Amino acid sequence: MQHIIKAVLLGVIVLAAAFATNFARDLSYQVSAIVIILWAGYLFIREIGKIGNAPVPAETGYMDGVVRAGVIATVFWGITGFTVGVWIAFELAFPAMNLTEWTGPYLNFGRLRPLHTSAVIFAFGGNALIATSFYVVQRTSAARLFGGNLAWFVFWGYQLFIVLAALSYVLGASQSREYAEPEWYIDLWLTIVWVAYLMVFAGTIYKRKEPHIYVANWFYLAFIITIAMLHIVNNLAVPVSIFGSKSVSLFSGVQDAMTQWWYGHNAVGFFLTAGFLGMMYYFVPKQANRPVFSYKLSIVHFWALIFLYIWAGPHHLHYTALPDWAQTLGMVMSIILWMPSWGGMINGLMTLSGAWDKLRTDAVLRIMVVSIAFYGMSTFEGPMMAIKAVNSLSHYTDWTIGHVHSGALGWNGMISFGALYFLVPRLWFRERLYSMKLVNYHFWLATIGIVLYASSMWVSGIMEGLMWREVDAQGFLVNAFSDTVVAKYSLLIIRGTGGLFYLTGALIMAYNLRMTMVGAGDATPIKASAAVPAE
Amino acid sequence: MGILDKHGVIERNATLLMVLSLVVVSIGGLVQIVPLFFLENTIEDVEGMRPYTPLELAGRDIYIAEGCYVCHSQMIRPMRDEVERYGHYSLAAESRYDHPFQWGSKRTGPDLARVGGRYSDEWHVDHLTDPRSVVPESIMPEYGFLKHTALDIEFVEDRLIADAMVGVPYTEAMIASAKEDLMAQLDPYSDGIDNLYAGYGENVVARNFDGQDELTQMDALVAYLQVLGTMVDFSTFEPEASR
Repeated sequence: MQHIIKAVLLGVIVLAAAFATNFARDLSYQVSAIVIILWAGYLFIREIGKIGNAPVPAETGYMDGVVRAGVIATVFWGITGFTVGVWIAFELAFPAMNLTEWTGPYLNFGRLRPLHTSAVIFAFGGNALIATSFYVVQRTSAARLFGGNLAWFVFWGYQLFIVLAALSYVLGASQSREYAEPEWYIDLWLTIVWVAYLMVFAGTIYKRKEPHIYVANWFYLAFIITIAMLHIVNNLAVPVSIFGSKSVSLFSGVQDAMTQWWYGHNAVGFFLTAGFLGMMYYFVPKQANRPVFSYKLSIVHFWALIFLYIWAGPHHLHYTALPDWAQTLGMVMSIILWMPSWGGMINGLMTLSGAWDKLRTDAVLRIMVVSIAFYGMSTFEGPMMAIKAVNSLSHYTDWTIGHVHSGALGWNGMISFGALYFLVPRLWFRERLYSMKLVNYHFWLATIGIVLYASSMWVSGIMEGLMWREVDAQGFLVNAFSDTVVAKYSLLIIRGTGGLFYLTGALIMAYNLRMTMVGAGDATPIKASAAVPAE
Repeated sequence: MGILDKHGVIERNATLLMVLSLVVVSIGGLVQIVPLFFLENTIEDVEGMRPYTPLELAGRDIYIAEGCYVCHSQMIRPMRDEVERYGHYSLAAESRYDHPFQWGSKRTGPDLARVGGRYSDEWHVDHLTDPRSVVPESIMPEYGFLKHTALDIEFVEDRLIADAMVGVPYTEAMIASAKEDLMAQLDPYSDGIDNLYAGYGENVVARNFDGQDELTQMDALVAYLQVLGTMVDFSTFEPEASR
């Protein structure tokens, strides 16, 4: 019966999408509709095939299949996102790489840049968060994931969101809201997937066997709830037509700018910080085999962090038409935010107290520690750049890009790599990773890559900021805008090279993880019964 | 540390943890966003501000689709060098009909808030087609395809209606004549030009923007670039009087 209902529902979706394909007003919308036909059509046929089958008995152990799928998706999207990033980095140095002559508009910087940011934040980061949160919440709650196949819906629904968003940017549909570029129908789909995610995650916590909710889960939970709030409010829009991708935002001008950067900054604060802190609070103690440094610090920094982050948005709008009081408030809160951020860093780093010697032998732990170090560095740099006087120089320059990447590559990337190296042997039942030497290579390539990236962007950003404001003795501007573009040339190449190092490291990781999965080399299989059942 | 010992209550109650988290993360946004809808200097009326014409609006949609905002800001800060380089600092009112706003966050290329009227249409067409032909140092991608892509105006009324629904003052008459107004802006000697001026004011710039007979996306984008920052007359504007 269940299969019939599902098949009917999927059939309706296929028909509706076919209808939408026919009446589509723009290419992006039409392609989206075709993707949905293919996706729902495949599931429809699969459900039809299942009709009449005996019901599958419910499994009782940890639900790790979806975590394995998430691990693979994380690696896949990570490499995709890094590759696009390296490509567009070089587009800025060598504009011929836009390939407009051969490909038309599709690979232009303006269309690929949202593809890069979405691929690394939402596809790579999002999959890492979903996969690790599903793994962590089961272990720390001693319970199987709530909702049965709902977890699989979250996984595949999220992949569909990624594919639709990526296609829409390249085909020229965008809300032009940074990190919230997907158009209205993709936003609606993500809302459904996100509610399902909250149900699976919170549902698992509700049926936990441990009386206490572990600290990692506070962070994951705050991340899921806050992203839901931000996503819904920032994407309030009126579609021009139900058969087209174009929509207009509900707010305009200064109200719209404030809403967008309230969202934009907290995409950093909750997606890239709170969620990844959840990762840190599980995987660092596990890898170091030490308890979390301070329980009290966890409490204080959790509440302080989630309260303060929300206020920091206006520092993206210093000296704009946003009222001064809002700018100053955003600045002050951003500086205060330094403290809970470093509270988290200290709690993560000091977890190693008594186990620092492991850094010499354990490359995975080294990756995790470096990620926390970069977290500390970028959460110091951020508040500093939020100071209005500093921001007057740094805003609109490459410095901001460098800052974002020392956080994204250093903190988010490295802690995810650490988690992946931790998870793969356990999820595929291997004694150890295929090669620790390759982990070491990855560590050094990634670290050198970040250093090249961040330092070239510091130089480039500060230089162009100073060049823009330089006036001569008579009070005339010294530099034309194009002078600053020329001056940045070599730095843009160094930046791209840094990205290339980082990408190479990730490719080595993908190979190492793949060999671990198939059980080559040192990664000898262990008995499957070693996995402890949940109930 | 008595109060921290009581934290165990929250840790054992998932509902309480979720509700408290939601309350805590809601406060900042409420304090910072809600007042902006009521404060005088964020909702001020400034003389000269008008909704975009249908052609300019179509150009703006191309600006958004091509992701111009990722490299070009439209927000001049009140610092000396910015005012010298780009013109009068941007007012909140100047983006009041921008759904969504296009302030941007990065200047890989220069600010465009007041680019309107600064260069000729021919310069814009040349620059968009082959940026390095007019600015040798430029790293901008090429947009020559806009010249060969027809502008789709079938649904232009719906586009205005959507903006009207979120508060842009397009009247029913303006919506009804959207297609005629759009075509009229390409030819100052056309019959429809009086209607265009009646709806959007005498300051609307009407001419063949890309120099071709066909209506293309290039027409629309150049029309949009040429109106940027030109609506408010800063020779007569007084900030104090308008607050």
